Amino acid sequence: MIQQVEPWVVLSFCAAIFFIGFAGVLIRRNILVVLMCIELMLNAVNLTFVTFSKELQHLGGQMSVLFIITVAAAESAVGLALVIAMFRTLRGVDTDQIRLLRE
Amino acid sequence: MIALIPLFPLIGFLINGSWYAFVQAAPGRRKAGSGITGAIATMAILGSFVVSCLLFLQLQGLPPESRVLEQTLFPWMTFAGFKLDMAFRLDSLSTLFTLVVSGVGTLIHIYSIGYMSHDATPGKFFAYLNLFCFAMLMLVLGASLPILFLGWEGVGLCSYLLIGYWYSDPEKASAGKKAFVVNRVGDFGFLLGMFLIFTAFGTLDFEALRSAIVHGGHAALPEGVAVTTVTAICLLLFVGCMGKSAQIPLYVWLPDAMAGPTPVSALIHAATMVTSGIYMVARLNFLYSLSPTAMAVVAAVGGVTAFFAATIAITQKDIKKVLAYSTVSQLGYMFLACGVGAFTAGVFHVITHAFFKALLFLGAGSVIHGMHEEQDIMKMGGLRAKMPVTFATFALGWLAICGIPPFSGFFSKDEILWLAFSSEHGSVLLWGLGALTAVMTAFYMTRLFTLTFLGKPRFSEAHGEKHGHGHGHGDDHSHGHAPAGVHESPFSMTGPLQVLALLSLIGGFMGIPHMSWLEHWLAPVIPAHQATGHVAAEMEWVLMGVSVAGAALGIFLAIRLYADLELPRQFATKWAGLYRVLFNKWYVDELYERTLVRPIHALSQGLWKNFDVAVIDRIVLSFGRASQWSGQTVRTIQTGSIQFYALVLLIGIVLSVGYLIYGLA
Repeated sequence: MIQQVEPWVVLSFCAAIFFIGFAGVLIRRNILVVLMCIELMLNAVNLTFVTFSKELQHLGGQMSVLFIITVAAAESAVGLALVIAMFRTLRGVDTDQIRLLRE
Repeated sequence: MIALIPLFPLIGFLINGSWYAFVQAAPGRRKAGSGITGAIATMAILGSFVVSCLLFLQLQGLPPESRVLEQTLFPWMTFAGFKLDMAFRLDSLSTLFTLVVSGVGTLIHIYSIGYMSHDATPGKFFAYLNLFCFAMLMLVLGASLPILFLGWEGVGLCSYLLIGYWYSDPEKASAGKKAFVVNRVGDFGFLLGMFLIFTAFGTLDFEALRSAIVHGGHAALPEGVAVTTVTAICLLLFVGCMGKSAQIPLYVWLPDAMAGPTPVSALIHAATMVTSGIYMVARLNFLYSLSPTAMAVVAAVGGVTAFFAATIAITQKDIKKVLAYSTVSQLGYMFLACGVGAFTAGVFHVITHAFFKALLFLGAGSVIHGMHEEQDIMKMGGLRAKMPVTFATFALGWLAICGIPPFSGFFSKDEILWLAFSSEHGSVLLWGLGALTAVMTAFYMTRLFTLTFLGKPRFSEAHGEKHGHGHGHGDDHSHGHAPAGVHESPFSMTGPLQVLALLSLIGGFMGIPHMSWLEHWLAPVIPAHQATGHVAAEMEWVLMGVSVAGAALGIFLAIRLYADLELPRQFATKWAGLYRVLFNKWYVDELYERTLVRPIHALSQGLWKNFDVAVIDRIVLSFGRASQWSGQTVRTIQTGSIQFYALVLLIGIVLSVGYLIYGLA
């Protein structure tokens, strides 16, 4: 018999990944890494959805996951395009450089 | 159909005005010449004249007591207890004014085509001129005081625009402003009078007012209205007339108004607009006749103005200034007539004056045009040979204003003088004032005429130097040497002069004493003057003889005196004090400057610096400073760093989720 993984284990794992990602967003200055961290956060949320979907026997969670994956793909495309545009204008990918709205 | 009369000039104004404003106003864009814009404007006012004539004939076909045409366009204002329609009414009084305004207006429009041919923006000029005609026609056609007031303000605006037409010259621009401001003083009185009429009678419609007062041909006070109220109404309205019709003490703007183009002086500041005060008094004659005090004031102000302005006119050197003071003086005459109850005579003089004064102004314009903008009569002379048509027509106007029979001015002026003497409101004093003014009028007009047209030319040197012509720069600047370019005006200018000359010649026959067509015609609006018993009928002939003799004396003196310029010069040095006072116009402008303009200016300065800047501005600015300061303070948290924002976001989410979970429980 296959040992069932306890939901709290999975959820703790998800939370850990989410906050690792969030910490990356807050701390790292390289925008590519920031984007990757956002992906990390998204996938942590995906995993949470799947967990609850299984626990609650409800397919809505898995539906959401599919949506999130799709939107995340689009978002990364746009994000990378923005990064390229930023690199072209600022010759750099450092988030400290994009403070133009301050003044 | 009545609405067509003011509508045509309005259309002309819209065409010329929008064409100028939207198509040609751009700098560097070629402006349309005076030919095409003038043709549009002339067609418009000519249309008004044709309609006026048709309606005049229609009125003539009606029986005298029902000679009224009305047209209500739309309800204008409706409040509780107050209803005002945009309504026009044409009766025997207003039809005369529409004929004069559109008729003389048409002639002056044609004249302007020639006169403004060298102007840079004739489109604008003709648009203003049409707008003026629209407002003036609305003024005389309005069925109630507010409509009249609309026109009243409209002509004031056009007067301002046209006086300051050459606005790049600061002096001319400020002359326009002066006219506007002085008229505002008068309008204040007008408005108050209008309010008082409404409080006392509950209506502003002329016909309703009339039926409230006149019963069976007799004017009587309605119940509950005191004589003092009527006196106050009449005097307040007369303050409006003082402004618009240039009477003491508000006459000062009219001589300055000569800064405008000469056709404007002829149309607005001699023939039509300035007579609107007389029109209003004549229109409300039933009201004025109720108040002997108001009548006395009107007569006194009119008489004194007539005399006072004539004294100034004697010494002026600018051809247009002389005519301007003459206009003030003649307007005084008209008010003198109204004040002694001779409203018909006043209206009669309005009409004849419109003919001969328009003629004189246009003649002066022709001279100025021919002399290349020279206006000083001391630098003219001998123009008879150079400008024969102008000379001949001007001579007719001169004889008319002097009151030589059978020219038009004789009839109207004599009627006024006779009634000033014989009417129940009149007196020997008023007659004497009028008669003396008549002598002075003959004198200064002859002076003007002699200096301009007769004698030897005095312009060759000054003129030649001024324009740098190569002429006459030899050893002698002999007299009789004409500078190049003093020329007769084109036909578009002399044509209207000839028509007006004809009218000045025959215009008086509509009011021959004792068989006056005019008095008969105006009888439905202005009750015919009752023959008074206390003066013998033979006196009329005696007085007529006296006034003609007076005019002849004035002419004779002036011709003798100004045949040689040495004689007047001696007079001027002999009575230097008097001459200086007259030449400086009794120092009235300086007096107003000292007593009114400067104190008000000082007061405004004080309020500006001590109240506006020190108090109001400080309050307003402190609001601005407060928001600036708070903005500066709060903006420090806006670092521009996304990651800082994300951190704040996280904290916010944590707090709000924490609140949702634990705080609500």
